[in-house]
Amino acid sequence: MAETGIGASVRRKEDPRFLTGRGRYVDDINRPGQLHAYFLRSPVAHARLTSIDTSAAEQAPGVVAVFTGQDMAADNVGSLPCGWVVTDRHGEPHKAPPHYPLARDKVRYVGDHIAMVVAETRAQARDAVDLIDVDYEELPAIVDVRDAMTGSLVHDEAPSNLCFDWELGDQAAVNEAMGQAAHVVELDLVNNRLIPNAMEPRAAIGDYDPGTEAYTVYSTSQNPHLLRLILCAFVLNLPETKVRVIAPDVGGGFGSKIFAYAEETCCTWAAKKVGRPVKWTAGRDEAFVSDAHGRDHFTNVKLALDQEGKFLALKVDTTANLGAYLSSFSTCVPTYLYATLLAGQYATPAIYANVKGVFTTTAPVDAYRGAGRPEATYLIERIVEVAARKLGMDPAELRRKNFIQPDQFPYQTPVALTYDTGNYEPSLDLALQMIDYQGFAARRAESERRGKLRGIGFSAYIEACGIAPSAVVGALGAGVGLWESAQVRFNATGTVSVMTGAHSHGQGHETTFAQLVSEKLGIPYENVEVVHGDTGAIPMGMGTYGSRSLAVGGSAIVRACDKIVEKGRKIAAHLLEASVDDVEFKEGKFTVVGTDRSKTMAEVAFTAYVPHNYPEGVEPGLDETAFYDPLNFTYPAGVHIAEVEVDPDTGITTIMDWVAVDDFGRVLNPMIVEGQVHGGIAQGVGQALLENCVYDKESGQLITGSYMDYTMPRADDLPPFRVGMTTTECTHNPLGVKGCGEAGAIAAPPALINAITDAIGTEIDMPATPEKVWRVCQAQFVQAAE
Amino acid sequence: MLRVSMTINGKQATKEVEPRTLLVQFLREHLGLTGTHVGCDTSQCGACVVHVNGNSVKSCTLLAAQADGAEITTIEGLAQNGEMHPVQAAFREHHGLQCGFCTPGMVMSAVDLLKKNASPSETEIREWLEGNICRCTGYHNIVKAIQAAANEMRG
Repeated sequence: MAETGIGASVRRKEDPRFLTGRGRYVDDINRPGQLHAYFLRSPVAHARLTSIDTSAAEQAPGVVAVFTGQDMAADNVGSLPCGWVVTDRHGEPHKAPPHYPLARDKVRYVGDHIAMVVAETRAQARDAVDLIDVDYEELPAIVDVRDAMTGSLVHDEAPSNLCFDWELGDQAAVNEAMGQAAHVVELDLVNNRLIPNAMEPRAAIGDYDPGTEAYTVYSTSQNPHLLRLILCAFVLNLPETKVRVIAPDVGGGFGSKIFAYAEETCCTWAAKKVGRPVKWTAGRDEAFVSDAHGRDHFTNVKLALDQEGKFLALKVDTTANLGAYLSSFSTCVPTYLYATLLAGQYATPAIYANVKGVFTTTAPVDAYRGAGRPEATYLIERIVEVAARKLGMDPAELRRKNFIQPDQFPYQTPVALTYDTGNYEPSLDLALQMIDYQGFAARRAESERRGKLRGIGFSAYIEACGIAPSAVVGALGAGVGLWESAQVRFNATGTVSVMTGAHSHGQGHETTFAQLVSEKLGIPYENVEVVHGDTGAIPMGMGTYGSRSLAVGGSAIVRACDKIVEKGRKIAAHLLEASVDDVEFKEGKFTVVGTDRSKTMAEVAFTAYVPHNYPEGVEPGLDETAFYDPLNFTYPAGVHIAEVEVDPDTGITTIMDWVAVDDFGRVLNPMIVEGQVHGGIAQGVGQALLENCVYDKESGQLITGSYMDYTMPRADDLPPFRVGMTTTECTHNPLGVKGCGEAGAIAAPPALINAITDAIGTEIDMPATPEKVWRVCQAQFVQAAE
Repeated sequence: MLRVSMTINGKQATKEVEPRTLLVQFLREHLGLTGTHVGCDTSQCGACVVHVNGNSVKSCTLLAAQADGAEITTIEGLAQNGEMHPVQAAFREHHGLQCGFCTPGMVMSAVDLLKKNASPSETEIREWLEGNICRCTGYHNIVKAIQAAANEMRG
């Protein structure tokens, strides 16, 4: 069992199909009689729609139907909802203007949906879109968060384009501490806007069966049950019993596939209108303009310290871009997933944050890998680094001095969260040792001899994962509970089907969850099959995001396994003619304590389905369902150190070394966990060095709308990564696990920018492109020469 | 309509297609070989890499008509007699894939690299993979897998 149980780097069950071209993604699926959809998207950032003439498109070859917002309005199709109500500092709920799948009166960003053409082929649908004649009465674009509150109104419902003006923490205490502090350091920071770019573009098929009046929706979704709920309860007004959502193999998500989008809504609705299945697959160009983007904050941060460098208070003032419409969870990302993390790993006694969420004429912004937590970590770890430089202190030691100490857990932060456990110094120490911090001065001198600037940068991050305790998020405005469900079903011949509401789109759940069940039930790993991504097969689910799959979904599986064992003991006791209390379960066997009389799990399972000799009052079958609602968030934490070399003549930054030490609690499959860390760092490096979503300020056009313009990290942009682990087990879930999916993306950006600013000796905003770095270096040369 | 004919994974295929049909559409939509993926349709991401007459080619950038008469190998044709190619096996062994979407293109590209350079350095591997984007792995384990496959294939 050890080779496949908890803690083993088991090779993945899903790999053979992916490696031989037998994965099954939405675009690989075709339904009999299927038609193809293509969307007319707004070519302008902001305009009133004065007329839409679809007559020529309707006559085009192969076209079956053309739909506009008015057609959907006539069918009472609702607005795509935002699932989290943020109450602002004046006690008012956030402004929630409608977000119709097809625009009804105005378009509000380049890529906004105007009409849908349904045709026999995708090419015919695409050709016909060009024949739709639209009159636009153009309005000014607003793309920059700093301009939003004085720009033209995106929605009449939101004066000053303000969605909410929200706060958290004790403002008076922070102001008092700032007034009395020996040092106050201040920084203005841009958290650059990103485009998630999962490699599989979004896709959907709507299929309607008039016989049963039921819909089947194939969707590239991270949470099929939630998509079903939104489609049924909010947008299309259908009973959940009549909609089945299937999210088969999904090619990456990183948050962008959590949300309910216009396209799958339209395909579902149109399938009934035209009486045939309707398929849509995004081109990459559509992904760039219409997938929910990430980040996009402008922040002023102040840190107050005493004479010795102890943190006294942190004050944060952020404007967050929400885009043109509120995507499914957009409001909670820059508020409850952001400001609640501002303590970081530090015992800062007073913290206050004010966040203004604003509308602009850009694509909706929502959760992207880390979601709020990277933005929080970036500002904390940048201001701490700047403070160390200002006070002339070693940045590692300044952090160490302010860490929450092991005996302070559970630790109540000044920003609502209670960290259950952690121990931050061992991660710092291991990271310092791995990077050979002692040897840095010599390495820097060696770089200097070659005309290069060497820098080292730290990032001591924390995140809140395992989203989330339902009562807590409910009190904060969430419209849903954030439990997870699992069904563990023995089949008569001893194999086990595990139905989970978590969804795997790269995380390897089919492997990790099978390891877990194999160990819990003492059955061979090969006998466990994990089923996910189908509302028709799984009892319920809340999906995968926020590094929640194992901490919440895995805990639900543990609970279901516990129920299986409990029932199994009754059956075994009957077969062994012993009292239930005398039967113990260990390593796949039910044994009468103190004897060698036992029954295997497989024998008990068989008996449950062939109950010829069976205990009275016990139901046949061995099939248990459990829901798990976490008691708290989990708090993975760690230290990343980046070492870079900057060439001042070209502005090119080379990452010389990267060390990541993370505490994820208990680790079930180290190979998979390390892979998650690598991928997270790559996205964080992308943000800090390469990636930037740019809209033209005047026209509102997306400038970075292709892989020629939006710089994705490629193999030769990245170094190898060195990964270490420390462990404090989560105290409140049955596995002791914390979650690992987002850590790298959270930790990496400040580590890299701290290293670059250490190298070049001046501030720089993300992304630190060669051009930007070169300009800074040149300016310094000029200044030095003068 | 145009008649195109090619040998795909050792089997002859002839179809009538629209002139604008891309090779990747021919494979996916006309032959049902959905292992080859479309990630960008602008020759940037490499999810669509197949072998045309023994060389790695982005099949979203070639018309089916241009491949008329060619020998094509796709990801479905790489394993022999149920045995994965050493590159496929190494990707699994070294966790060189997560969501699996870029994987077919990565593997086909890596196989071509090792054919042209049996002992690539880490830098050579990373430079070769410039045309294949992976969003999940950070490339670390992909590079490791290709190095391991190179060792295995050299024997």
